Amino acid sequence: MMKRTVWLLIFMCSISLFAQEYFPSNSGVIANNTNYTALINAKIHVSPTTVIEKGTLLIKEGKIVNVGATISLPSNTTKIDLNGKSIYPSFIDIYTSYGLNKPKRATGNLPQYEASRSGFYWNDHIMPEQDVMASFKYDDKIASEMHKLGFGVVNTHMPDGIVRGTGALIALNNNADNSMRVLDGETSQHLSFNKSVASRQSYPSSLMGSMALLRQMYNDAKWYADGNVDTRDLSLEALNKNKNLPQIFEANGRANVLRADKVGDQFNIQYIIVGGGDEYERINEVKSTNATLILPIDFRLAYDVDNAFLAKTLSLSDMRAWNQEPHNPRLLAENGISFALTTHGLKSKKSFKDNLMKAIESGLSKQTALEALTTVPAKLLGKSNEIGTLKAGSYANFLITSGDIFDKKTKLYENWVQGTPHIIANMNVKDIDGDYNFNLAGKVYDLTISGSISKPSAKLISGDKELGIKLNYSDDWVTLTFKTLDTTKTEYIRVVASATDSNSLNGKATLPNGNELSFYAKKAKKEVAQDKMDDKNTESKPEDEPFISPITYPNLAYGFSEKPKSETLLFKNATIWTNESDGVLKNTDLLIKDGKIAKVGKDITDKRAKVIDASGKHITAGIIDEHSHIAAASINEGGHNSSAEVTIEDVIDDEDIDIYRNLAGGVTSIQILHGSANPIGGQSAIIKLKWGESADDLVYDKTPKFIKFALGENVKQSRSRFNVRFPQSRMGVEQVFMDYFSRAKAYDELKKSGKPYRKDTEMEVLSEILNKERFISCHSYVQSEINMLMKVAEQFDFNINTFTHILEGYKVADKMKAHGVGGSTFSDWWAYKYEVNDAIPYNAAIMHNVGVVTAINSDDAEMSRRLNQEAAKSVKYGGVSEEDALKFVTLNPAKLLHLDDRVGSIKVGKDADVVLWSDHPLSIYAKAEKTIIEGTTYFDIDKDKQMREAIKKEKSTLVNLMLKEKNKGLKTQPVKKKEKVLLHCDSMDFNTTEKK
Amino acid sequence: MKILKQITTIITLLCFTICFAQQTPASDQVKDFAIVGATAHIGNGEVIENCIITFSNGKITRIASNDVTTSLASNHEIINADGKHVYPGFIVSNGTLGLVEVDAVKASNDLSELGTYNPHIRSIIAYNAESKVVESMRPNGVLLGQVVPRGGRITGTSSVVQYDAWNWEDAVIKMDNGLHINWPNSFSRGRWWLGEDPGLKPNKNYSKQVKELGDYFNEAKSYNNGDKKEPHLPFDGLAGVFDGSKRLYINANDEKSITDAVNFAKAQGINKITIVGGYEAGNITSFLKQNNVSVFLRRVHTRPNNEDDDYDLPFKLAKQLVDDGVLVALETSGQMERMNSRNLPFYAGTTVAYGLTKEQALQLITQNPAKILGIDAMYGTLEEGKSATLFISEGDALDMRTNQVIHAFIDGRKVSLETHQTKLWKRYSKKYGVED
Repeated sequence: MMKRTVWLLIFMCSISLFAQEYFPSNSGVIANNTNYTALINAKIHVSPTTVIEKGTLLIKEGKIVNVGATISLPSNTTKIDLNGKSIYPSFIDIYTSYGLNKPKRATGNLPQYEASRSGFYWNDHIMPEQDVMASFKYDDKIASEMHKLGFGVVNTHMPDGIVRGTGALIALNNNADNSMRVLDGETSQHLSFNKSVASRQSYPSSLMGSMALLRQMYNDAKWYADGNVDTRDLSLEALNKNKNLPQIFEANGRANVLRADKVGDQFNIQYIIVGGGDEYERINEVKSTNATLILPIDFRLAYDVDNAFLAKTLSLSDMRAWNQEPHNPRLLAENGISFALTTHGLKSKKSFKDNLMKAIESGLSKQTALEALTTVPAKLLGKSNEIGTLKAGSYANFLITSGDIFDKKTKLYENWVQGTPHIIANMNVKDIDGDYNFNLAGKVYDLTISGSISKPSAKLISGDKELGIKLNYSDDWVTLTFKTLDTTKTEYIRVVASATDSNSLNGKATLPNGNELSFYAKKAKKEVAQDKMDDKNTESKPEDEPFISPITYPNLAYGFSEKPKSETLLFKNATIWTNESDGVLKNTDLLIKDGKIAKVGKDITDKRAKVIDASGKHITAGIIDEHSHIAAASINEGGHNSSAEVTIEDVIDDEDIDIYRNLAGGVTSIQILHGSANPIGGQSAIIKLKWGESADDLVYDKTPKFIKFALGENVKQSRSRFNVRFPQSRMGVEQVFMDYFSRAKAYDELKKSGKPYRKDTEMEVLSEILNKERFISCHSYVQSEINMLMKVAEQFDFNINTFTHILEGYKVADKMKAHGVGGSTFSDWWAYKYEVNDAIPYNAAIMHNVGVVTAINSDDAEMSRRLNQEAAKSVKYGGVSEEDALKFVTLNPAKLLHLDDRVGSIKVGKDADVVLWSDHPLSIYAKAEKTIIEGTTYFDIDKDKQMREAIKKEKSTLVNLMLKEKNKGLKTQPVKKKEKVLLHCDSMDFNTTEKK
Repeated sequence: MKILKQITTIITLLCFTICFAQQTPASDQVKDFAIVGATAHIGNGEVIENCIITFSNGKITRIASNDVTTSLASNHEIINADGKHVYPGFIVSNGTLGLVEVDAVKASNDLSELGTYNPHIRSIIAYNAESKVVESMRPNGVLLGQVVPRGGRITGTSSVVQYDAWNWEDAVIKMDNGLHINWPNSFSRGRWWLGEDPGLKPNKNYSKQVKELGDYFNEAKSYNNGDKKEPHLPFDGLAGVFDGSKRLYINANDEKSITDAVNFAKAQGINKITIVGGYEAGNITSFLKQNNVSVFLRRVHTRPNNEDDDYDLPFKLAKQLVDDGVLVALETSGQMERMNSRNLPFYAGTTVAYGLTKEQALQLITQNPAKILGIDAMYGTLEEGKSATLFISEGDALDMRTNQVIHAFIDGRKVSLETHQTKLWKRYSKKYGVED
């Protein structure tokens, strides 16, 4: 048998070598093998849904000719009997960088703002023209690794850049050349949010910048395709050429899956999206993308929690991920989300099978698993007729196994690719696993052999002693080398024995003194019995129901296992700070219904309402933070001096624990502002802190449109070592605005004229400002620049809406009032940089006294949870009345955000966004007891206590499970401390909170 | 509004009396003062309602209940403080005021020195008594503080100052009486540029770093036991820790680090030990008590360290330590720590919302830091014979709603409540005619 396989192998080799009929041969005569090969008597899984119990697979010249239970075989057929064995279509990994090396990281000192190339798109990270075949090199070694995992075909691409160019489909045929192995040199186009390491071009420096860049690129591609550009752009040409290929987007995580899909949807492109394994956390949202996913299964190892001190720093979310990740494929399948599986993301490819088994143990059906490895990727690439099944006409890519491929004990014998067998394990080797005993020189020995087919090993016991033993097994011959029983010496006995019949080993033993004895070891019968016992044991003693951590919204500590609902609530006898002409009402009731303030008054009753005694307590409108940077995955796009095209709405992070902590401080709405890296920043996200809802659902309905501008030290990069980006002075800052607004004006005029124009997101956004549809919140400090920006705006006939920080607002409060701009400031921050030398805590009071709409904001995840106290400082510094001070963090920011018709005061008909305080809301002694948004209680001080208990309990359960896993001998990983900043440095997303 | 008027009047008055005296330190107490009728918060947990406090030559001569009518010597200037509150001057623990003026201006920054082991570095000589940030402390009742250098393993030597002085010699209360250590981190970060995971993982070099520190102490000890013929300034700097003239402040936050740090110091024969930070000190209070270790508890107004922590953990840590009998004071380090030190009273106020009584909270910024800093013989409480370093507030000084300081005294000297900031406030209020 063995011989035949080897012969076959050589033969196949020669077939492929001479596959190109028009190639001359100088090494002999041209001799093509056109024989048939039939694999007979196998259980054939033609496809995940079709199985032939005992059938024949007939192949010729690398392709399947026929498959069936009874098929006729031509006379020139070589037969291989696979009785008792199974045949599966071999696996396809649709997402690899097989045969490619990632380019070297570009180095240099100065920041680079311009592109390195010419004749291509203006951004180096857009490389649709990149042809994978130009750098492809077949790699036998990795191919062999993939063979062992069952893969026969891989799709490969250059894993570098935002648009990465085309991918190619490669058959892992170790005995052919690329002429045969390359099934398709242009199968797919690849994209991601990550920049190329080969270029240091700064833009984009953030996730939202990558998203904006992709959008602009699609706009430009259309403009180019329509023939509006006189010059050559090889990138856009390639992009347009690749348009009809499957578009594969590497997102690497559920939040980015949704982000990628959002970009695609805007251009009618349905990406195939590479997920991150955490899609189960937002299954409905992921489902609504309608995308087919490519799923990595790099399930994390248990953490090593032996050291209780270190283990304490593990977050519940990381611990849960360990517990929940293996369920991801099952949960996606149950929800009707189609996916392919990939080895992408695995640190060691070898763990693929273990992880696949884990997914199956966690409930993934074997059929779905097989589909995800065969028919789904084939279909995604439009290659269903060539790969993925064993239908006639397909490539002869299949696996020969000892049985069910998704069974732990099953052995993979051979992996055939294009008719070339790759031997993983000799399928004709006898399985000699078992317990044997033998007598040698009067001593009785017990020998246990295991792993005889894949990785043979032996254990030897004599009497009560275990002896060191080495075993080799090949070609039906066993050699054993073991220590003698005499422990005073280091001497060995050697055995050579043949395993001709499967129940015994027959041969010779050589003793340390050179004497040879005959050797005969007989297999004990009990192995069968043992097996049966094992079976019985598992049957009679079912394992405890495995513990699965609940998936909460969001899926971390303090998440809700069920999203809270809007209620009818009646607060009795509260002190209510209405922020309206009624002022502060004592002993007053408040009714909340259908998410709105329904009634404010005395002796309100409502049969259906949940009544809450608020005697001695205070109720205010929810706090609104005009300037926040929590709940965002990135904050600054500093790659250009204007980044109006980016929007924080693209990068909202709905699982930031600071959302919950802010709720606990009575905050209900925030404006997430872009940072202050550049004069024209990005668009804001204005959200309600509906803890548990997904990112898009946090954003206000019909949200007012805002954009962040910035002035002063940050935008002129005062603290940078490099002076290469314009502007470097306040003088230049003005000119940036003049330049952009002049261009936006021209753009808008062209657009309105009806003539064709190149769609430019940045100009669109700036036009909105000119058309008074979008408002500016501008980071500002000193009076000169504040004055300047108002003058710039006036030249273009619009108003600045808000100056934020505005620490010298008190110096130009009269001018601000005249211009009609509001001020959103810090209560008492100063001395952190030169431009706040004259910042004073009386700023809010003076601006307010002059008549400027004044707010107090946080710009800080810690301060934002005490904004009521920051407002109280205006009473201390400058003697603002308590009612007005409270408005600084409620009604006034609502006005600045154009939301005062919906929130900011307690008025019938407004959104029921309110806070129940234990004490006077401006007092340091006040605690938020309930924080309610639209009638839904998102923070409750009592519920919080219960959650703390639940977290403690769940963590100890998980710790125990991890300890169990470690004690079982499974690998663990060191404890990792979770931090808020989770972005990878490759993404150039520094994500640090803007420094004031 | 009424309060405001009062304040404005008072401030205007003050302005007249010490017209160009902004930043000018007050001169020595000549006149005797009597504060009558206020609620006196002693700083040791006690309160005297309707109190009379007299002080002369910088020292409190009398503090008692005012129910018995008592005659005052005629030379007393009487301050009627009916309904008002008197407190001992608040004390900034682990502060850096005067070492940096503007965070982002490197030229104004004298916070740390090169090198890992700097016991010889002395913060006091860099203390800028004329800092605009320092003067902004006084209007909130923050009158004293520790001046601590930062950086390295052994950061250097600290002193204690009062916040109304001509120069550092004038300011100093206790010179060079603290030595500061940053305990090795339990966690370290991978070097991403070398392809390592940038996440926080257990610090593999922890024991090595602890050993290095131990070796350094041992060498210093040997040196100090020797004839010192060959001078070694850094080792000289450690002498005070061994002879007990300097307190050892160790920055450590997690349970294990704190335990290791205390055991380390004990093994070195050091008895004056304070843990700075102490995020997890609450888990080992009996150990701390047993070893007579005090805690400078990390800034109250901070976010919890870990995602799973109770949202109010930093607010309530003080209560647990106090309940368990650990000597604790509130420290101020962290983001914008210098300018934020004026919020020290509100850090204390927050601990009241999360469990302590107001008088207990007050101790955390008066008596307790005075004890730890070794200045309690004169400062930290309102007691006869002690320094008249105190202030009068319109209301509860721990709540920003009512903290309105109308008079402040340091060693009996009536200090200015004017600052760069109040000047600008007045100038521009006047410009717009909105002075109220």
